[in-house]
Amino acid sequence: METIVTGVLLGGTYALIAIGLTLQYGVARIMNLANGETFVAACFIAFWLFTSYAINPLWGILVIAPVAFLVNWAIYALLLRPLVDRAKSQGMLEVDSILATFGLLFLFQGLMLRGFGGAYTSYTFLAERFDIFGTFYGLNRVVAFGAACVIAVLLYLFLYRTRYGTAVRAVAVNPNSAKLVGIDVAKAAALSFALGGALTACGGTLLSTFYTFNASMGVIFTMKALIIVIMGGVGDVRGAVIAALILGIAETAVARLVDPGLTLAATYALFVFVLLFRPQGIFGRQQA
Amino acid sequence: MLRKVSMMVAVSAAAFVMATGIAAAQDTLKIGASAPKTGPLAGGAAVTHWPNIKLWVEEVNKRGGLKVGNKQMKVELIEYDDKTTADEAIKNITRLATVDKVDFIVTPYSTGINVATAPLIAKFGYPHITTSAATDSVPEFAKRWQNSFWLLGTSKQLAEGVADALKKLRDSGAIGKRVALVNVADAFGLELKNAGKPALEKAGFEIVYEASYPLGTQDVAPIISAAKAANPDAFVAFSYPPDTFALTEQAQIQKFDVGAFYVGVGTAFPAFAGRFKDNANGVMGVGGINASAPEMQDYLKRHKEVTGAVPDAWASATTYAGLEILGQAIERAGTTDKAKVIAEIRKGPFKTVIGEVNLKDGINHNVWAVGQWQDGTFNGVASSGLSGAKAPVKKQPWK
Repeated sequence: METIVTGVLLGGTYALIAIGLTLQYGVARIMNLANGETFVAACFIAFWLFTSYAINPLWGILVIAPVAFLVNWAIYALLLRPLVDRAKSQGMLEVDSILATFGLLFLFQGLMLRGFGGAYTSYTFLAERFDIFGTFYGLNRVVAFGAACVIAVLLYLFLYRTRYGTAVRAVAVNPNSAKLVGIDVAKAAALSFALGGALTACGGTLLSTFYTFNASMGVIFTMKALIIVIMGGVGDVRGAVIAALILGIAETAVARLVDPGLTLAATYALFVFVLLFRPQGIFGRQQA
Repeated sequence: MLRKVSMMVAVSAAAFVMATGIAAAQDTLKIGASAPKTGPLAGGAAVTHWPNIKLWVEEVNKRGGLKVGNKQMKVELIEYDDKTTADEAIKNITRLATVDKVDFIVTPYSTGINVATAPLIAKFGYPHITTSAATDSVPEFAKRWQNSFWLLGTSKQLAEGVADALKKLRDSGAIGKRVALVNVADAFGLELKNAGKPALEKAGFEIVYEASYPLGTQDVAPIISAAKAANPDAFVAFSYPPDTFALTEQAQIQKFDVGAFYVGVGTAFPAFAGRFKDNANGVMGVGGINASAPEMQDYLKRHKEVTGAVPDAWASATTYAGLEILGQAIERAGTTDKAKVIAEIRKGPFKTVIGEVNLKDGINHNVWAVGQWQDGTFNGVASSGLSGAKAPVKKQPWK
């Protein structure tokens, strides 16, 4: 029981890491390698708000998410739109966007180093005991899990229950056909990219309450997000959440019952397993 | 074509003559530093390494520079980021030696990169005073590279210190003999575990839980709950900063109360006490300083003034001491001749912030192994050959 709860909480953490990239990669078709840097930047801003102005990170989200939305919109409009416009094929856009965001990664990392230095940073927020079935869990992790659920549900409702969400999904499935039915593909893609950035920033803010981070750690989060996004099926939010939960529970079970040294092996074994039997991901669609 | 080439040769020859001409007349001492500003170890270097270089250079220049023979030479520092990779460090050091033509270099940061660059530094003939490398191969390395000096001790010393501190606690009746032992699965964690486990067993402890976890793990709830289930009297983790913090927070959350709680690198960081406040009290970790020694108190004060931050209570002071030794050796040699300075370093002894240091065989044998947070100071509680150790105290339950 304890293992399952710990695993589910960890899964929530992973979902927060991955959900933004799902939108950016799945809908906007941008493989954003600077995703982890956005994540860490949010950690730093949450830390700064908390230590300098005593702003609770949960309120901090209200500032950080809109800022991240605007910044990511600007990145898409200024940096990535030209790539999208000139790309002759999906493959070309993927290569170009990987190269561009790879550069962005170093820019962000450099800015964070300038601004916050290279040292490990952490703070204590809600590091209290929270009792579930007689075992103690960190309240900050429970809160992050709760927020992950809220974000996932809101996103689901937006994508599957609103008209605009349907348009966004149409773009994810086939950008060319979406144009034919009168969807403004460029705008939908920009919105998804910006929204993805905002969600990534939410994740960073929440994780900063229990993770120790520094300016060069972004790539760790990008890697984890990438695994989850591919396992879940590119562009499918439900898939990403389920993949995150599976990874969380599997890692915890292996760490608790077998050996903590094998958690990475478990992650990659699951990844290989999914790629072998469902290369399109858990919820992914077979490419026509 | 031929004329063009000979013209170029002439120009570069002229430039060369000019460059060497300037070098001969210089009154500045060029010192090069290559260490991580980015990459996995940037976090540690930002606390332990860079601030001490800054402090030393500023202080030396404030008092007019180093007295080399009959010249006062100010120090000019050239810094490069090695991105925490050995490849980059090797490029940087080659550049420092051949392009910047520095007179001396500051040690790189971390065991791995120091060992990887040691042959190159030996080839260029620079004194190599390592202050952040702790490995069991130190005696072998010190013999192999006669220009190298090792100040931070060996993994064995650090790990045996743990057994030593726990034994003191057991003898005083504070804890029993059950120990849970975990380590991060990289060279540092493995070496410490391989030395620590037999040392603990020899001291009569029983290992009731043992596990390792991958580098970078911060989700340590399962590790703490498994350790807790084994019902130990002491918890020992040979960990790195992010996991050191995570393990401590999880132990606190799960109310994992033991009489002795030891975590690895990062415990001695001021940020550790800053984050855990009262709960840091009684936590033991790698390192330690003799906080009551006057030269150490003076160092802590100056470090705070110049860099704006409190140093960590382990390798920071050692890093500073390494630079002090370099400076003193240059002044004693009265020349920037590298071989003569190396010979001077071997001669010793040096008065430093970590006390008197002798490097006859290239190794500093007197090091702190274990420290403990006691009312806001990280006091050394176990060492090899040093005096001033405080008695370890029993860890009180988490608040």
